[in-house]
Amino acid sequence: MAELNTGGNEGKGGKKVRSKKQNAGVDLTAMVDLAFLLITFFMLTTSLSKPQSMDLTMPDKLEEPDPTKIQDAKASKTMTILIGKDRKLKYYMGLLKEPYQGVGPTDTPYGKEGIRQVILQKMANLRAAGHEGKDGIVVLIKATEDATYTDMIDILDEMAITGVEIYALQDMTEDEKAVMQ
Amino acid sequence: MAKMKKSSTRIDMTAMCDVSFLLLTFFVLTSTAKTPEVYPVDLPASTKETKIPSDDILSITVGQENVFIGLAGREDRIDVLNRMGQEYNIEFTKEEQNTFAGMENFGVDIREMKSLLAKPSSERMKKELHKGIPYKDSLNNQLSSWVQKARESSWQRKESFLKVAIKGDANEQYGTIKEIMDILQKQRQNRFYLVTGLRSDDF
Repeated sequence: MAELNTGGNEGKGGKKVRSKKQNAGVDLTAMVDLAFLLITFFMLTTSLSKPQSMDLTMPDKLEEPDPTKIQDAKASKTMTILIGKDRKLKYYMGLLKEPYQGVGPTDTPYGKEGIRQVILQKMANLRAAGHEGKDGIVVLIKATEDATYTDMIDILDEMAITGVEIYALQDMTEDEKAVMQ
Repeated sequence: MAKMKKSSTRIDMTAMCDVSFLLLTFFVLTSTAKTPEVYPVDLPASTKETKIPSDDILSITVGQENVFIGLAGREDRIDVLNRMGQEYNIEFTKEEQNTFAGMENFGVDIREMKSLLAKPSSERMKKELHKGIPYKDSLNNQLSSWVQKARESSWQRKESFLKVAIKGDANEQYGTIKEIMDILQKQRQNRFYLVTGLRSDDF
C-alpha cells in the first residue's frame, strides 16, 4: 500500500556522506483515489438530478366544442378506467349504463398482470378488426378526488407503455362515483 | 551471488492523475448545483423519460395541499416579481429584487414577500415561513396570478411560451392536482409536464 516514507532515512549514523538520491516522484495514489471518488460522485449526481417528466396535454375547456368535429366513438373502442381510493381500479367498455357486451365495471389490479393485460387484449381485439393507432382504442381516465396522484401517474404510464394513442383525463360523473364507492 | 533485480512495483500515475482531474473539472463545471427546495416531495415513478426543459419553465410543487412555485432564470424572476408587485400594489426595492432572484422556489403570500426577503439568507428557506401560495380562494388566487405574470413575462420579453411543470407528491390526493390543473386550464394553459421519478424497466 501507500508508503509514507519515501526518500532515504536509512543512513542514521551514516559514515559516508552520500549524495542523497532524492525520489523525485510524488506518490500520487491517494490523489488519484480522491479524484476518482469525486468523479464518480459528480457523474452519478449529474445524470440523476435531472428529473423525468410526462408530457400531458389537456383539451381546451373554454373553447366551445365544434359540433361537426365530435366523433361518435364506438362502444367497442371506448374504454373507461376509473381510479378510486386505496388503489381501487375498475374499467368498462362503452357506456356505463349500457356497457359493451353487457360487461359492467370490472375490478382489476394495477401493473403488468392487471390493467396492462386488459388494455393489450382490447387493443389486440381491435387490431384484428382493423382498428389501429389513432383509429384504435380510446381510453378515458377518470379519477375520484381521493385517489392519489401516484395512481393517476401509474395509469398514464400504462398508456405510454401500451402505446395507446388517444387518451384523456376526464371528470367523473355522479353515476361513476357511486360505482367507485 | 547474483544480485536480485529490484524491479520497481510502482506505476507512474502522473498521466492517470492528469486525466482524472480533467474529468473531474469537467463534471464539476457541467453539473448544476442542486438548490435547496422549500418543500421536497416524493415523486411518483414512471417509465417515461422525457427530460424537462430548463428554460422558461415554471414549476408548481404540490404537497399536502400546499403549493410552491419555482421560476427558472434570475432575470425572469425579477421581471415576474415586479409584475406581481404591480398587480398587488407592492413596490420592491433593488435589493429585494436581487434577493428574490436568488430564490429558486418559494411558497408565501405575496403580501408577506417583503418580510421574507428581509430575513437573512440562512432563515429564508425555512419551512415554517413557506406556508404555500394561496390558490383556493377565487378572489385571492395568487397561484393563478403568478402563472399569468410568468406567461406574460416570457412572451413579452422573449416571445417564448412558458412551460409549466407540476411536481406532485406521490401521496397527494388527485383532487388537489385537479384543482391546480383547473386553475391552469382557466388560463388556457393546457399543456403540463408532470415531473416523475425513474422507474425500473421491468415494471
